[in-house]
Amino acid sequence: MSSDSATRITPGNALRPEDIAAAGTRADPDVAAYALRLGDDALVLAQRLGWWISRAPELEEDVALGNIALDLIGHARSFLSYAGSADGRTEDDLAYWRKETEFRSAHLMEQPNGDFARTIARQLAVSFYSFELYTALQHSADPTLAAIAAKAVKEVDYHRDHSAQWVLRLGLGTDESRRRMIRALELTWPYVGELFDDDELVLSLGGRAVLPSALKPPFDRGITAVLRKAELEVPAVPAAPGGGRRGQHSEHLGYLLAEMQVLAREHPGATW
Amino acid sequence: APAAGWPLWEVFVRSSRGLSHVHAGSLHAPDADMAVRNARDLYTRRNEGVSLWVVPASAIIASDPDAKGQFFESPQGKDYRHATYYTKSEGVKHL
Repeated sequence: MSSDSATRITPGNALRPEDIAAAGTRADPDVAAYALRLGDDALVLAQRLGWWISRAPELEEDVALGNIALDLIGHARSFLSYAGSADGRTEDDLAYWRKETEFRSAHLMEQPNGDFARTIARQLAVSFYSFELYTALQHSADPTLAAIAAKAVKEVDYHRDHSAQWVLRLGLGTDESRRRMIRALELTWPYVGELFDDDELVLSLGGRAVLPSALKPPFDRGITAVLRKAELEVPAVPAAPGGGRRGQHSEHLGYLLAEMQVLAREHPGATW
Repeated sequence: APAAGWPLWEVFVRSSRGLSHVHAGSLHAPDADMAVRNARDLYTRRNEGVSLWVVPASAIIASDPDAKGQFFESPQGKDYRHATYYTKSEGVKHL
């Protein structure tokens, strides 16, 4: 097989964002609104993780967090390309030319990186949630959503392993790493509940979307198993109000978007 | 990294067509499990490998480069090491 070259880059059969744009399939408006949420979650978290590159505790961790960010950018591009197909907007139109109130990401994604433990706590919650979401979404009645999820689930499985390994090491490491991990979980967990809120949109989509509330039991089982191994507990903290799916965000998102969008907005119409 | 940092690991990769593991490079990791994961990221991201070994660098004993002359001296002049003096016994046909 010619693909057996020692340094091959295997494109595989996975769906790429370019394929979605080229296919000319138009998402119906409700599916597009749903894809926008999934794309925004991945985009905002990727932007957060990109900050770590050159700032991680070791070079190896720069690479790991960079890899995860790149995977998430891939998911965002696919979901946003599909979301934009409903009204003729590109992934870049959606990423760079929407205001804070038009973003549909959950509040968890826009939480600050904090220290390494806080980034890992956020990764733990997001990767275990995303794994359950994409596992279920592979069976979506919408073939494009199913194909994007089938590709993403393998990558998110790796993200899950990465965060779990770090929770174990920080939780069972030194007194200081353990203290920071406990604090990080307390700061992160108020934003976890929002991920599992059902609303009219997902209910109306039926078999095309995954009901967020259905993901909570497997998520809890996975998280509890990791935390138990690390001799940690799910923190008992009150939930934050949320509202990301309605475009109501914390003050963090505006700063994040200003940085992410500045070049596109300085040079409208430029190509790169 | 300073002494307090992560220990060094040596990485060996067997490629999809390779018969043996080949030294690919080194990395820092807090323990063996993380070393394997980091090696996967750093050395097999383009699907080069099908098998990975990581070894703590401290577990590897290297030959002394200054003693190269004596250590790797060729067997020239040591013909007694080779089975060239033996004569074939009579009647042995297929040797």
